[in-house]
Amino acid sequence: MSNAIAASALHAPEPIYSGGLKSWLATVDHKRIGIMYGVAAMIYFVVGGVEALIIRAQLAAADGTVVGADTFNQLFTMHGTTMVFLVLMPLSAALFNYMIPLMIGARDVAFPRLNAFSFWTFLFGSILLNLSFFIGSPPDAGWFGYANLTSKQYSPGLGIDFWLLSVQVMGVASIASAVNFTVTILNMRAPGMSIMRMPLFVWMALVVQVLMLLAFPPITVAFIFLLFDRFFGTHFYIPSAGATPILWQHLFWIFGHPEVYILILPSFGVVSEVLPTFSRKPLFGAPFVIFSVADTAFSLATMLIAIPTGVKIFNWIGTLWGGHIHFKTPLYFAVGMVGLFIIGGLSGIMHSSPPVDIQQHDSYFVVAHLHYVFFGGSVFGLFAGIYYWWPKITGRMMGEGLGKLHFWLMLIGMNLTFFPMHFLGLDGMPRRIYTYASDLGWERWNLVATVGAFVIALSILVFFVNALRSLKTGAKATGDPWDAATLEWTMSSPPPEYNFAVVPQVNSARPYWLHKYGPTRTISTRTKAQGTPAQPDHPPERVDLPSPSGWPILAAFGLTLFAGGALVGLPVVLGGAAVLVFAVYRWAFQPLERPGHPSFGPATAEAR
Amino acid sequence: MDPHATTFGVASRKMAMWVFIASECMFFGSLIATYLAYEGRSMVGPTPREILNIPLTSVSTFVLLMSSLAMVLALDAVQHGDRRMARVWLGGVIVLGALFLGGQVYEFTEFYHEGLTLQRNLFGATFFVLTGFHGAHVTVGVIWMLTLLVMSLGGKLGPERSLDVEVAGLYWHFVDVVWIVIFTVVYLIQ
Repeated sequence: MSNAIAASALHAPEPIYSGGLKSWLATVDHKRIGIMYGVAAMIYFVVGGVEALIIRAQLAAADGTVVGADTFNQLFTMHGTTMVFLVLMPLSAALFNYMIPLMIGARDVAFPRLNAFSFWTFLFGSILLNLSFFIGSPPDAGWFGYANLTSKQYSPGLGIDFWLLSVQVMGVASIASAVNFTVTILNMRAPGMSIMRMPLFVWMALVVQVLMLLAFPPITVAFIFLLFDRFFGTHFYIPSAGATPILWQHLFWIFGHPEVYILILPSFGVVSEVLPTFSRKPLFGAPFVIFSVADTAFSLATMLIAIPTGVKIFNWIGTLWGGHIHFKTPLYFAVGMVGLFIIGGLSGIMHSSPPVDIQQHDSYFVVAHLHYVFFGGSVFGLFAGIYYWWPKITGRMMGEGLGKLHFWLMLIGMNLTFFPMHFLGLDGMPRRIYTYASDLGWERWNLVATVGAFVIALSILVFFVNALRSLKTGAKATGDPWDAATLEWTMSSPPPEYNFAVVPQVNSARPYWLHKYGPTRTISTRTKAQGTPAQPDHPPERVDLPSPSGWPILAAFGLTLFAGGALVGLPVVLGGAAVLVFAVYRWAFQPLERPGHPSFGPATAEAR
Repeated sequence: MDPHATTFGVASRKMAMWVFIASECMFFGSLIATYLAYEGRSMVGPTPREILNIPLTSVSTFVLLMSSLAMVLALDAVQHGDRRMARVWLGGVIVLGALFLGGQVYEFTEFYHEGLTLQRNLFGATFFVLTGFHGAHVTVGVIWMLTLLVMSLGGKLGPERSLDVEVAGLYWHFVDVVWIVIFTVVYLIQ
């Protein structure tokens, strides 16, 4: 493979970056972009985790003195913002980037350079947010930034500006990647992969993209209003001028409600791939799951949401029922996700009852609920995905022993941390208080929660040990280590740069199982034709790939400078805009495939 | 098999523009909804009734509508390889778009002199931000059309590149349609 690149590079007027830092900065390969999303998300997972540990250390006992009230406010704001925008969304994006083209039989996404732009914009935006630790002060008004707490009058510092501008920049990244992946999933599928034959993970991803497309503009508008209030002295959220701060809550939650599905559906998608693979059975009632997802996304009422979610839970259990279950680490995490999500789901439905909602509003009960959904639901599901696809991405197996240790520690730690919060909330402990008096009777469960948080931290440490050991000395993975059903397993691990040597012909929802076992295992498949075979080692025909490009990263840098410049002065804003426009023009007039682009197969050998 | 074939047989760039337009609908929808939510809540004047100049804006609305006609004709000319008419109609889109923007600049300046600013009241804030963002979209469109015109003058906009014009046209028509909604909501239904 690298020989082929070197060979074509001989004729190249422009260099092909086959290795080194430059090759990553200019890459347009969805697999490399996926890896970069994953690494960035894991780093921020540690950052957000440390913020959480400090919060828990402060609350471990009454009258805590680890941090002061101001720092505490900054910590929970940054913890929430980091975990939502810098961990869960990019970690989902990592799996989307790497897996979707492989699962639908494509050689890349529809717009490879836009994909690179999305990643770099996300990365620069996230760096801008965390710069607030070093310049000025971090934001301290909560991850939902309610107006008019965030108005200049009540939050005069730079923190809120950092928060607004960086989340705005990351919003651009989300919309760009949503456009890209919507088109990729709709328009780049291999022949024969009808919409109902798409893997469930891809289905969930499609719904997530549509939600991002429609949910991010309202919050963008809400942010624009607040920026105008803070920078230009308008009164969008100032009650004395006749405005209502409720406007922020409407616009924010028009975004916020779909956002929770944006955060949970990727995990649902992973579980819907992992359970069938390790139960050796197709997903029970797959079309029902698909329709229930589409329905979930548009349910507005808290109680109605229980119906499509219940459908999915029963389908997952139905998948395990009577299966030949292989107890591997990904399955542990997937089953853990289903169980924990049920708890989080049930404590959520309670809030559709107004008396209960009023009682529990802004109490630790809500903190317990949302962590069961986001940690028990999203994080467990995403770890199932990491363990499941790790061999495909790295070419090496993870240690099963350490993987299961990670699971058990995380399961115990998670329940120790968050289950007692139900009791604390019902006992009246409000969210976001930085300390509490000793005579309130909250000390015992707070201490338990803090111990649990450190157990979670230990489990994550085990994960990192496992990952590093796997990269160094892990057993080599075959192309199909789990004997799975979907297209990404038909090629070597890690996949070649061009993904598919031959564009696959798909005639089943489980094309690789159909090939390996014939129609008996593919219950819902009507066709008797043979399934998609494993990929050959070398492409029989010439395969052309897009050239690396440095313009997306420059455009992303210009955009971030344009936004972040508002904190410095007009010249920086204009400079950023100039860089952005320059990079976009160079990008627009640069052909996707230029002389010397990576190409593989017989035609390349001929050119040699 | 053609490696660049798409599942729906629609060019991906064209589909991407449609998808992006869906997103833009939510963007302008939020701005317009806010304008409506805050209508009549200003504590001080000037009010819309006192200040909006419907005849003037009707003219600029007509100008923008005509630019969409020019856009359609420009695309037709490019598709048929008629370079001269492609330049004429692209130039037409640019001139009409610029005229609309000129009208907006004139209108904003007038309002400023009559005491309506961003900071004056909620009407000023919601009006300027809504129409200002629309104007910014028109500006991007005009720059895009200028780029296409320069390409055409350099002989680089043959029928094989008509998709470039078609995608730009989708954007242009969308911005035009949004203006129809804004004109109706802000100017006609007060």
